[in-house]
Amino acid sequence: MNRIYLDHNATTPVDSAVLDAMLPFFSRDFGNASSIHTFGQRARSGVETAREQVAGLLNARPQEIVFTSGGTESDNHAIFGVVNAGSGALKHLITTSIEHEAVLNTCQALEKQGLAVTYLPVDGNGLLNLDDLRKAIRAETLLITVMHANNELGTLQPLAEIGRIAAEADVYFHTDAVQSAGKLAIDVESLQLDLLSLSGHKLYAPKGIGALFIKGGTRLRQFLYGGHHQRGFRPGTENVAAIVGLGKAAELAHAARTSDAQRISTLRDKLEHGLLSRIPDSRANAADAPRTPNTCNITFPGIEGEALIIALDLKGLACSTGAACSSGAVEPSHVLTAIGLPASEARASIRFSLGRHTTEAEIVAALEIVPAAVAQLRQLSPTYRTESANTVK
Amino acid sequence: MFTQYQLDSLPTAADPQPGLVAVAMSGGVDSSTVAAVLLQQGRAIVGLTMQLWNQRRLPELQGEGPAQHRCCSLDDVYDAKRVAQHLNFPHYVVNFEEQFEQRVVRPFVRQYLSGRTPIACTNCNTDVKFEPLLLMARQIGAERLATGHYARIRRNAQTGRYELLRALDDSKDQSYFLWGLTQEQLSRSEFPLGELTKEEVRALARDVNLPVAEKPESMELCFVPNGNYVQFIHAYSREAGKPINDTAGDIVTESGEVLGRHAGVHNYTIGQRKGLGFSTGKPLYVLAIDPRNNRVVVGEDDSLHSTSFEIENVNWISLEEPAGPLRAEGKIRHKHDPSPATVEALPGNRARIIFDSPQRAITPGQAAAIYSGDVVLAGGWIK
Repeated sequence: MNRIYLDHNATTPVDSAVLDAMLPFFSRDFGNASSIHTFGQRARSGVETAREQVAGLLNARPQEIVFTSGGTESDNHAIFGVVNAGSGALKHLITTSIEHEAVLNTCQALEKQGLAVTYLPVDGNGLLNLDDLRKAIRAETLLITVMHANNELGTLQPLAEIGRIAAEADVYFHTDAVQSAGKLAIDVESLQLDLLSLSGHKLYAPKGIGALFIKGGTRLRQFLYGGHHQRGFRPGTENVAAIVGLGKAAELAHAARTSDAQRISTLRDKLEHGLLSRIPDSRANAADAPRTPNTCNITFPGIEGEALIIALDLKGLACSTGAACSSGAVEPSHVLTAIGLPASEARASIRFSLGRHTTEAEIVAALEIVPAAVAQLRQLSPTYRTESANTVK
Repeated sequence: MFTQYQLDSLPTAADPQPGLVAVAMSGGVDSSTVAAVLLQQGRAIVGLTMQLWNQRRLPELQGEGPAQHRCCSLDDVYDAKRVAQHLNFPHYVVNFEEQFEQRVVRPFVRQYLSGRTPIACTNCNTDVKFEPLLLMARQIGAERLATGHYARIRRNAQTGRYELLRALDDSKDQSYFLWGLTQEQLSRSEFPLGELTKEEVRALARDVNLPVAEKPESMELCFVPNGNYVQFIHAYSREAGKPINDTAGDIVTESGEVLGRHAGVHNYTIGQRKGLGFSTGKPLYVLAIDPRNNRVVVGEDDSLHSTSFEIENVNWISLEEPAGPLRAEGKIRHKHDPSPATVEALPGNRARIIFDSPQRAITPGQAAAIYSGDVVLAGGWIK
């Protein structure tokens, strides 16, 4: 079976050029980047080149990039790091209700330690309201952490405006850019960001590697204790091959971003419009918001998303009901709930996320597979018949 | 003038079934072997493992060490996945926690608190496995659902009805738990182990090197750790914000004489002897539970026996609701040998069962299944 992969927000394949760049660092150039000898120097050179490449993607300086194990560690490091470096006088954080669990659960852990957290609501498109943000800032506010692109909807938050508000209030500003890094232009300087998290496996680098941008001068308590690697910010022998992979992936994304974005968003729109026109009563979520070019989230009333995912997978199409981490959870997606979908509709929503290697032929095939699967589910759905009957009345 | 169910008119096996079959996989040896058997028959299968209960709930019930051999433990889900990988067929974990709680756990707790002795497995079969799971199986393109139950299904060509039969292996028979299945559910179900013994199933599992071939059987209620249902009921009620306090009451004789105190009617089941908390000259048993007066009635073994009782929510399986009385055998709990009885349907999906000889501890909340030889004619809840 030729399988079609439309779940790039969950993870991406390692690009072949990335893999090629990594391979020498497993064997030939295997050294410890902290060693003095030539083996070590070669590894160090790979790490520092990667640091420059990642910095280049963000318009940061290389020394502002710390490599981590991924998005979750970066988010934890950023938020705990700022809080633990403070005097303890500033006891308030601001975030949104649609963050990834890596941010939400970190904030909840801090609440248990006595900090106050404001979770800003979002509108039907998943966008926060800047006035809400301004009003939420208090004298003791320490940090604003707002994701750039939402993983389930693709909605992009107005980082430039948030950066301005944070700077005026002299509050630290962190963004989880896991879903946008490599897809969209990010300039940490013009966005006035202090901290930014990104993850390798969302941009065609391997899993288990990520980065945290820490603006020069930011007071951040280290998260792990150990040797002096990465200037003490992140001890532990560097995962050289993965770091090299992330660097290469950042370079590739930087070079291909504009053309990729155009091509992918054209395919995404074709998929979205095609599904909406072929499947009665279907609705696209957050379609009016600025979005990442690759994401579309559609509600098919009357179906269980979990069943549709399985039906589609059996037909060779991979997509998801939202964050991969929440599969298996009883609760409907907190993101879809936050944009106002009732639980039944949140459960009836599917995310398609395209990628660099998605072809037009795959989208054409998806436009055959999905409507047939939705029709099959609806035919057996007691709720869909009821809903139709109600609309007839 | 009795209707006698004609056992010798049994039809041949069901029609050959093309199409995808979903296998309900618990991670145990039985349902894993179902997958192997169907694959050997050349059928296309997909495995579905239900996530029914979050084992991290009610943390006070967790003992030392990891939870093992209970349904929905991560180990079991992992075992089911390993079997699917080993035999190379698609497998998915599907979440039915909400349905399980609404249709199995909550009624289980409510029934105990009202002095009855429920059977959660029957609710789980009728209201979860063969309801939302079967629906999901069909929605994902499967024609039918196969499970590891030891029971048999046949279609009777003369009556056109699907019939439920005991397993060939009497010691493993689970037909008692399946009396709630409707004709529609039976028409879409398969029990490939119904003709096999447990030893044959283990041997098959070993033959194809199933990673779970030597896994011990789980006999407990899957959501109740350590089989301590009283502790579970307390913890669950506390979590729901309705802690059970002050449930103590009197233990009385049939004539109303107070013999002692009890700690809540949910601690008792009819026929119970141990744990009454006092001793008299003769052995005493729980005869009745009276939740309205918060009393537990005890007496001697003789008083435990009775012949006549009613069942409700009756489901007629292998024959339509009969107009007159029927000679059959009644089975009133899993470990009860079916005993000759006369059965008469009553209005409102009820029936009266009159045993030929008195039976011990006919317990409200348990089910009674009505058999004619190997065939399950009907079943219902004991009032």
